[in-house]
Amino acid sequence: MADVMKIDILRYRPETDQEPVWQSYDVPYTREMSVLEALAYIKDELDPTLSYRWSCRMAICGSCGMMVNGIPKLGCKTFLRDYPEGMKIEALANFPIERDLVVDMSDFIAKLEAIKPYIINDQPASLEDGCHNQSPKQLAQYKQFSMCINCGLCYAACPQYGLDNSFTGPAALALLHRYNQDSRDKGKAERMKIVNAEEGAWGCTFVGYCSQVCPKDVDPAAAIQLGKVESAKDYVIAMFKPGE
Amino acid sequence: MSKRKPYVRKMGATWWLKNTFHTKYIIREGSSLVIAIYSFVLLFGLFRLSQGAAAFNSWLEVMSHPAWLLFHLLSLVWTLYHSVTWFNLAPKAANLWIGQKRIPDNWIVTGMYAALALISLAGLVLVLI
Repeated sequence: MADVMKIDILRYRPETDQEPVWQSYDVPYTREMSVLEALAYIKDELDPTLSYRWSCRMAICGSCGMMVNGIPKLGCKTFLRDYPEGMKIEALANFPIERDLVVDMSDFIAKLEAIKPYIINDQPASLEDGCHNQSPKQLAQYKQFSMCINCGLCYAACPQYGLDNSFTGPAALALLHRYNQDSRDKGKAERMKIVNAEEGAWGCTFVGYCSQVCPKDVDPAAAIQLGKVESAKDYVIAMFKPGE
Repeated sequence: MSKRKPYVRKMGATWWLKNTFHTKYIIREGSSLVIAIYSFVLLFGLFRLSQGAAAFNSWLEVMSHPAWLLFHLLSLVWTLYHSVTWFNLAPKAANLWIGQKRIPDNWIVTGMYAALALISLAGLVLVLI
């Protein structure tokens, strides 16, 4: 006989609710059961009206971000066995709730697009030039920052973004740093305008919680601090190049 | 017709009390306020020194009041807390390499403590000579 866990979920049904309300469910669970599986059980067996997002179930698609006991987590990577006292699940913080555990991420996606997350190079190497050579050091400059799965947990952890969503935010700035550090890329000058802006790297007050909650160890806080170093260098260099 | 009605949650003034990580962050940042007050007290002492020995001694006397001693002790503890937490974060802002290998984080943290020890020692020597 499986144990039963009481799971509280913050519900929001825009057609009927004026504001989100908590609802409890009793879920039988085993040691291997993830939060995502618990939600599937609730939807299949207890309440088909519950809405949540998910896709890969293996911590790579970034769809199932949610708050578990107030901490941003991936539902598929969080297990009921680690919460013997029960759990409270709610939609990812700092994003508007669309319905139940589904949030509106369009602002985050717009920010990701704005930083030009692709290699910019007016003179790309042709096939005749052979393959791109990159030293282990050149690869190490950006590899960690390329592991982002766009789950948005770092935005939910960032009080700066919560207080003022004009801040470009951790994932977008980490991705920006990733492309700026890529030895094949020549788009740094374009992206530095975003880094240098007040809502760019300088909007970050270095809380550091983004790196703490990142399920892929991207360390956006480090990327942003390194962005500040680059921005400071950019500022000094610009002083010697008036009119540009 | 769309039934969309996204609900935006407000962050109240107590947002930093809801998560211990954020609470520790605010405690760290709060030290800047205490250090600012401490700096003004110290500057005022310098101003009193410029007014002569009697003025400076009366300032010293005020400073020996238990409340001011407590304030100085609090400033020291808070500043040390800020330093320790800040030193731990320092490697994030450094991208230092030796050849093809990145300098380990603990080298940078140890370097910060070494710099603090050296500067403190230099300050002590300056005061004592």
